[in-house]
Amino acid sequence: MRQSLPAVLASLALAACATTQATETPKPESTPAPFASTYTPKPSTPVIIRGGTVLDGEGGEFANADVLLVDGKVAGVGAALTAPAGATEIDARGKFVTPGIIDAHSHLGVYPAPSLQATSDGNELTHPNSAEVWAEHSVWPQDPGFSRAVAGGITTLHILPGSGNLFGGRGVTLHPVFGARSVQEMKYPGAPYSLKMACGENPSRVYGTRNQSPATGMGNVAGYRQAFAKAREYDHKWAEYRKKLSAYESGDKKGDAPTAPDRDLELETLSGVLNGEILLQWHCYRADEMIVALDVAREFGFRISAFHHAVEAYKIADHLARENVCAAMWADWWGFKLEAYDGIRENIPFVHAGGGCAIVHSDSEVGIQRLNQEAAKALSDGRRAGLEISRGVAWTWLSRNPARAIGIADKTGSLTVGKAADVVVWSADPLTSYAVAERVYIDGVPVHERGRDTTPSDFELGQSYRERAQ
Amino acid sequence: MILRNALFAAVAALAFASPAAAQSILIKGGRVITNTGAPLERGDVLISNGRVTAVGANLTAPAGATVIDASGKWVTPGVFAAMSEVGLSEISGSGAPNDASVTGTMVSAAADAGRAFDPMVTAVPVTRIEGVTRAAIAPSASGTLFAGRGALVSLDGRPDSVFRQRAFQVVELGEIGADRAGGSRAALWPVLEAALRDAREYPTRYRSGQGGAVLSEIDAQALQPFALGQGLFLVHIERAADIRELIRFARANPSLKFAIHGGAEAWLVAGDLAAAKIPVILDPLVNLPDRMERLAARLDNAALLHRAGVKFAIAPGPGSVDAHQARLVLQLAGNAVANGLSWDAAFAAITRTPAEIFGVGADLGTLAAGRTADVVVWDGDPLDVQSAPTAVYIAGRAMPLVSRQTRLRDRYMPPAK
Repeated sequence: MRQSLPAVLASLALAACATTQATETPKPESTPAPFASTYTPKPSTPVIIRGGTVLDGEGGEFANADVLLVDGKVAGVGAALTAPAGATEIDARGKFVTPGIIDAHSHLGVYPAPSLQATSDGNELTHPNSAEVWAEHSVWPQDPGFSRAVAGGITTLHILPGSGNLFGGRGVTLHPVFGARSVQEMKYPGAPYSLKMACGENPSRVYGTRNQSPATGMGNVAGYRQAFAKAREYDHKWAEYRKKLSAYESGDKKGDAPTAPDRDLELETLSGVLNGEILLQWHCYRADEMIVALDVAREFGFRISAFHHAVEAYKIADHLARENVCAAMWADWWGFKLEAYDGIRENIPFVHAGGGCAIVHSDSEVGIQRLNQEAAKALSDGRRAGLEISRGVAWTWLSRNPARAIGIADKTGSLTVGKAADVVVWSADPLTSYAVAERVYIDGVPVHERGRDTTPSDFELGQSYRERAQ
Repeated sequence: MILRNALFAAVAALAFASPAAAQSILIKGGRVITNTGAPLERGDVLISNGRVTAVGANLTAPAGATVIDASGKWVTPGVFAAMSEVGLSEISGSGAPNDASVTGTMVSAAADAGRAFDPMVTAVPVTRIEGVTRAAIAPSASGTLFAGRGALVSLDGRPDSVFRQRAFQVVELGEIGADRAGGSRAALWPVLEAALRDAREYPTRYRSGQGGAVLSEIDAQALQPFALGQGLFLVHIERAADIRELIRFARANPSLKFAIHGGAEAWLVAGDLAAAKIPVILDPLVNLPDRMERLAARLDNAALLHRAGVKFAIAPGPGSVDAHQARLVLQLAGNAVANGLSWDAAFAAITRTPAEIFGVGADLGTLAAGRTADVVVWDGDPLDVQSAPTAVYIAGRAMPLVSRQTRLRDRYMPPAK
């Protein structure tokens, strides 16, 4: 009895999942993917957001426009839209409406609040190549940081392992869901995995001080190359096996079936990068190191989805544009180590001006709460340097471009009919200090309304100060 | 290459040829924030001999004065970074020297940030071209409860930048202090009391051979003026219960001067803080229970303290203070406004109030005749992240709006389309 009720609930949830996730891409493996998403948006009623200034996330800005959300999708953007009967009307006159912000670089859940020895869960530093670990297995869904992020207009975030080793492990894309009891309930359905790699000072410092490789920049690069060489071999072994197996199965099946090679979780992840199923997110500050990384990618025939932090991306904007690699950046962090010494306030706009895919990222539980302000700084500094950049274009740095870097641009990231209704209504121009997110929708479901107490995580519930304050 | 070097030399010569402070400058027609009353919507500010000599409408320029048209712009006092490590390291990590951080047990209360300050550090111009003209800088020694003596500095890059040495003593009375006192707050307060006794009884007990109960001689000597009420204790403390304990301690030791840095839970004891007249330097972005002593942190802490009548300044919180981003204090203040604080109170909290907390409010933080002429002209509302200075004056000297970062920007400027 005690076990049957959860089982019933679980099967209901799975059924609901199957009916609402028609767009999920089929997994390459025939066995179901482990740790599959069980995220399902609550049922939503249609919402019409009337008369706001709309930044659509594709670079456009529309004054006095309506945005219609139906069945969790954007159903219309334009003037004087007709809403279905029963639609909730939101008056957005004088306000701004944008796609939800997507943070391509967060450690929420893996380095949660409170920051204690017990919660420092973000980097398996025990060896330089921990491509076998998955960030989602460290995510604590009760991190109070998730609700703070939503209040800042975040609707999707990509959780990465830390950057202390060459291969940090797999990253995972989440919705910041309140009340999730597992990470599976937060996982973005159909989003690809990523692999976190790191250039530069962090890995060589961490292992060098242990008198272990890599201790130098050249040790870093040797580490990447050796690992991908092994992954190629591994790939080849499995390809051979599959060929033999299919010959065996389509033949007369006499004799023993071919034996499968041993599984290696580390090489599985690297092989996913070689095959393009896993998107590479590469922590790299310096221009010269990014150019070397591009050459490593060329040598082994894989793609880099985005360089992260990329403090010197402005020096190689032409390369990044030509190679079609995004740069996920802070607006103005600099000086906290030598590889961050050449940071300038125009990094983001210069990457954009070079024709590249510029992204504003946080890498911070504080920064993620106001990434719109970081974009505003980048926008104004770019303009001051003489570049012509519109507000609409600046918003692509916060939604469409990060969606592209983490492989969900077909699903969300702009207010385009058919995409997910991940929408924020801002009190004022969000590219200023004073605007706040008044309403946030994820898949058409209202998840935040300013002034209403956000559902506290289990960690916060019942704390004395809350009981006193209410 | 030769040409470039020649160019650099010329630029360097310009940068070091400091404009004469004796020069008069009239900043005309801006929206003037005086911090002493309502803004002047079209006001003028006259600067002579490094001081503000007049603030008002339609001032007449003295003969030979430089006249700056500030119409459509904002004119304000220079920003005072109420807590920073600017000038204490060129690069913080990577094994580079970092004079903010004092390790080991040889020195703690005696650590002296003002004597480590270097006005030539790259972060100094990076910070001042964003309108920050003064800073309180502090070392972070880790040997005892005492993190060392902080100084007040100008960011004009001149050799005499430190204008008040040993202005305050940083004390750890929260989780970090408890850790250093033996892992418990139960030990922390007795250790503090013993340290103050050691300092007051310096040099007698040291010369007699008795020695200090908890402090080395060098620390006792450095702590003595503060223990005698002649200097400010800047207390790192976050939790409401700890703040209540501090208030009790302050009542029992009325000669001592205290200000709080941190105060994430100060809103819970706002009335008591106002009554005790203990000011707070707070970080308006702290809203996560990231430490057990900050469980009740919330975004409207500043607004709640203001309503209760607590004097407060805005700066990064303990643990977030750094050597490179003091300029972000404007964004911190803007976010306090987004969370319920009035603009005037927020701007005062990064100009006038820090100057008052550190005892230099009669000279800095306001625009009025007779005050030191730290004046910034902005292309918009300074608390909005999109705004930036178009002119910065420190003690009447025009600062070139140039830094290593603008040099890099110019070198890599995208080609005009």
